[in-house]
Amino acid sequence: MSIEVKNIHKQFGNFQALENLSLKVESGELLALLGPSGSGKTTLLRIVAGLDAVDKGQVLFGDQDAQNQKARERGVGFVFQHYALFRNMTVFDNIAFGLKVQPRHLRPSKVQIREKVMELLNLVQLEWLADRYPWQLSGGQRQRIALARALAVRPKVLLLDEPFGSLDAQVRKELRLWLRRFHDEFHITTLFVTHDQEEALEVADRIVVMNKGRIEQIGTPEEVYHNPANPFVLSFLGNVNLFHCRLAEGKAFIGDTALDVPGLSVDHPKTAKLYVRPNQFKISRGPGKGDALKAVVEYVNPAGTVVKVNLKTENGERIYVEISQDEFNQLRLIKSQQVYVSLKDVTYSEYVQDSI
Amino acid sequence: MSARTEPKIIQYFLIFIALAFFGLFIVLPLVCVFHNALAKGWGIYFKTLQDRDAIAAMKMTVVTALIAVPLNLIFGVVASWAIAKFDFKGKNFLLTLIDLPLSVSPVIAGLIFILLFGAQGLLGPWLIAHNIRIIFAMPAVILVTIFVTFPIVARELIPIMKSQGNEEEEAAMTLGASGWKTFWLVSVPNIRWGILYGIILCNARAMGEFGAVSVVSGHIRGLTNTLPLHVEILYNEYQSTAAFAAASILALLAIFTLIAKSIVEVAVRRGI
Repeated sequence: MSIEVKNIHKQFGNFQALENLSLKVESGELLALLGPSGSGKTTLLRIVAGLDAVDKGQVLFGDQDAQNQKARERGVGFVFQHYALFRNMTVFDNIAFGLKVQPRHLRPSKVQIREKVMELLNLVQLEWLADRYPWQLSGGQRQRIALARALAVRPKVLLLDEPFGSLDAQVRKELRLWLRRFHDEFHITTLFVTHDQEEALEVADRIVVMNKGRIEQIGTPEEVYHNPANPFVLSFLGNVNLFHCRLAEGKAFIGDTALDVPGLSVDHPKTAKLYVRPNQFKISRGPGKGDALKAVVEYVNPAGTVVKVNLKTENGERIYVEISQDEFNQLRLIKSQQVYVSLKDVTYSEYVQDSI
Repeated sequence: MSARTEPKIIQYFLIFIALAFFGLFIVLPLVCVFHNALAKGWGIYFKTLQDRDAIAAMKMTVVTALIAVPLNLIFGVVASWAIAKFDFKGKNFLLTLIDLPLSVSPVIAGLIFILLFGAQGLLGPWLIAHNIRIIFAMPAVILVTIFVTFPIVARELIPIMKSQGNEEEEAAMTLGASGWKTFWLVSVPNIRWGILYGIILCNARAMGEFGAVSVVSGHIRGLTNTLPLHVEILYNEYQSTAAFAAASILALLAIFTLIAKSIVEVAVRRGI
């Protein structure tokens, strides 16, 4: 089932949490709400769930306006960041809760409930924990139980609030792959909140980048990463280097250096900001054909799939570059070494009005 | 390796001081109560307790507690629920108000009720006209007991509920549970030990209250005396064995309360 919010406003005291926000989550989609804390992403999720009320605006499930539906009538599965498992119930009773509280004429029989709970425990691969209490489980296990509990009532949509936020890096990676596989199998419309760009880029079909109660950009992971709509999205999704320069004659003048800028055509001179991702630089040991920025290696970290290099230019600007292990092996970079840096590409450029 | 570096002599000295204080101020008086109560033998002890006035006082105390404790329990759960789980205007004011009975001397508490319901009081003439007796009768005793024990359950529950937050209730609601079911299946089980703890403390205070009850009861033997008042009367009449026998009942109640309290504490620590 699709979810749509229209022109939503929400204020907490003087704080504008959401400002005229509209968004449509397509049926069967896995959509990530990505943004820094305070960007309103959790508020939006809670509004969809019916846990918070809107000041203005509409929430629609399919074609149906949910305004008069309480949280318990919306048929959403909500997974909380801190799991919110019922501490006085076993894992089994936690998962069975949603079925047991149904009105008598809808409630499945005890046998049916048992079957359903065991099926869900099987799905999250934790059958052997049925009789444990939440405090006896690890964080990753709790999160999977919370998900199983939410799924027990056959929700029309799944809402996940920072589902992996309080887990260690290793468990987090496993669980997000698991979530992706789970979604590929069942295709429940899923909206999940995260502040971790890597998580959003890896798991989501589409990403909604939020900031200060507004949407900055909506797009596939590829779109938001490679074609960011603005500097906020750009810097939120991964590292970026900023250069202030003057564009003229097809080149970018940074100080006295005239750099070639592939893919950027300049018809008449202007001042600009260039945003360059760490992997869009080329480092050489000697001066090449064209101009290049002269820099000194400040720090090299070859541990990892890419080699991270910090450089300092003649003007004292710092550049963060990532190169492949192969390149690193050819260059043999060491600290304090003099290198030449040129641009392979630019992610985003912004023209600045010239002051006369 | 022990982190303690004090010489043994200082350790023993400190332990001795602690034990001496404990003995002098707690154990000795308690022993004294039972010693005096049993001074003339078990036979006299039970006989004084079977005295008509003594039994009436005990009944009075029990009835008062039986009414005051459940009422405060209901109020305490509702008030702490409202304060811990919701935001509303006047919340801080309500919190302060709940604490008021703790900061007012019990004698003043008693006086307040005299000023309200006494013959010269605010509602006095109306009550007399309708032939309703509150002051110097059981209703007043119950009312002041409710007043002085008012904050106990709520104060016990508010911190527990606050620390538990709202998420479990919200989870229950998204799973389709009604407010009523959420309350009984999720909220109450989570605070059950706190409730029990509150009941124990509230009951101890309700049964032991002297000052406020003394002001409003009128000390009518066999009618409006509670056990603490009964002790005082007997003592003033130099019937010390009888006074201590009655006092021993209150002391036993206190000991029982402490035992129950520590059992609950152990249970809470085990997280049952």
